[in-house]
Amino acid sequence: MRNPVADKIVNIKPSGIRKFFDLVAEMNDKNVISLGVGEPDFDTPWHVREEGIYSLEKGKTFYTSNSGLLELRKEICNYLKRSQGVSYDPVDETIITVGGSEAIDIGIRAMCNPGDEVIIPQPSYVSYEPCAVLAGATPVIINLKAENEFRLTAEELKAAITPKTKILILPFPNNPTGSIMEKSDLEAIRDVIVENDIYVMSDEIYAELTYKDKHVSIASLPGMKERTILINGFSKAYAMTGWRLGYACGPEVIIKQMTKIHQYCIMCAPTTSQYAAIEALKNGDDDVVAMRKSYDQRRRFLMNAFREMKVECFEPFGAFYIFPCIKEFGMTSEEFAARFLEEEKVAAVPGTAFGDSGEGFLRISYAYSMEQLREAMKRFAQFVEKLRAEKQ
Amino acid sequence: MNMKEELLAIIEKNSRIDLKELAVILGVAEIDVVNALQELKDNGVICGYHTLINWEKTSIEKVTALIEVRVTPQRGQGFDNIAERIYNYPEVQSVYLISGGYDLLVTLEGKSLREVSSFVSDKLSTLDTVLSTATHFILKKYKDHGTVLNIKSEDEREMFTP
Repeated sequence: MRNPVADKIVNIKPSGIRKFFDLVAEMNDKNVISLGVGEPDFDTPWHVREEGIYSLEKGKTFYTSNSGLLELRKEICNYLKRSQGVSYDPVDETIITVGGSEAIDIGIRAMCNPGDEVIIPQPSYVSYEPCAVLAGATPVIINLKAENEFRLTAEELKAAITPKTKILILPFPNNPTGSIMEKSDLEAIRDVIVENDIYVMSDEIYAELTYKDKHVSIASLPGMKERTILINGFSKAYAMTGWRLGYACGPEVIIKQMTKIHQYCIMCAPTTSQYAAIEALKNGDDDVVAMRKSYDQRRRFLMNAFREMKVECFEPFGAFYIFPCIKEFGMTSEEFAARFLEEEKVAAVPGTAFGDSGEGFLRISYAYSMEQLREAMKRFAQFVEKLRAEKQ
Repeated sequence: MNMKEELLAIIEKNSRIDLKELAVILGVAEIDVVNALQELKDNGVICGYHTLINWEKTSIEKVTALIEVRVTPQRGQGFDNIAERIYNYPEVQSVYLISGGYDLLVTLEGKSLREVSSFVSDKLSTLDTVLSTATHFILKKYKDHGTVLNIKSEDEREMFTP
């Protein structure tokens, strides 16, 4: 029989997070505390869920237009205007997608010819690289550095650009490091982007979860809106992961082609979710504030815990991850994570799941209750003590 | 939200949180938390630290009633005097002045239906200014003080990638 599957797909590595979760599943131990999940621990705010329910009761169960409900697109544009100061046209420059992930996929596909290069700073979300490969583009990795708090610098960007460079993926606030790009950081890379005539895919799914100044979108810098695809969604800000809803805003010429792929592959994003999302944008600001506050409290708790253990860790100001350095223990991230799981029953994802530059780090998600975090940090401290004793 | 308001929001949900952790998650020094708590107590903002108990799960029988009370306000005193007369009874849990069809809403906790009804008939309705009462017994508590009772919240998130 002929080989039924395509080499291109077979050659894509399975996600490093998957590998680790399999390990957790194998243990099948009720005492395991997981700090591995990358989704909010809050339920979707009730008024948002209710709006979804109402839409079903009213029989709003048809497809929407391919780009999504116009009312939702308008609300999205209002939101981006008031939060980022960027104006988009809801008709030609906005598309509703099945999560931010779909927007990443169809964005890269719509923009890249075979052989075009997509610059991906890592550690970062695991989907960019396979999406670039699937689009026939060539991923070019920038290994971000701990000493820069995993921010992207102009020098690093310059060094990665070739005549074939088409897109820079800008994944900030960052999963897994919690790193952010502040306005000055963005201004520093802006000229490099413009001079080299490349486009930016700015994945701002964690935009509402920053704990210093408000998030700044690179699209708000002069000359950047016309070369930026801004991606965001409802999963993280409104705790709506299961609703699968995201969006992309950008130049009409790109959105038009993205919409073409979207209409053939997806048709439209889930209708119920779109109605719920309108409510989230209209009346959900207070919910976002409350969740952000809660994450911030946990973030401080973890920072303090690592400080007390004297485990090296830069202070992350975004998302809901903290990225401690475990190099002092002389193990790889995978070895550390596996032993931590085996001996202390705590699951945290090895940094290498997000790129080679994650070696020596661990991703700790704080989308968990204080009780879980308290217990997990107790076990972390125990483990650290044991490892240090071993070394002596 | 300033530090004191954030502190109040936290301890309203969890009054047993330790001072050190409170300071850490608020991002301030422990002494600042101690001072803020003292000040809030002195100013009567913090009125007590209570525990939310689901008595239904114990062997102790309790009956709670909501009583709507219509009263004649007194010259110069308004409702304050009569409210004080009522809230001084230890079995009274709370007294609110209410807008609308009646004046005071009284919640009462007793050991039995009979105890509650005798309180209403003997003590409450016999007060001079009380015009009428309507007593509603609580059959089941679903949610109290913002907390859903009888529910054990579990982490239902599944392992997924990426």
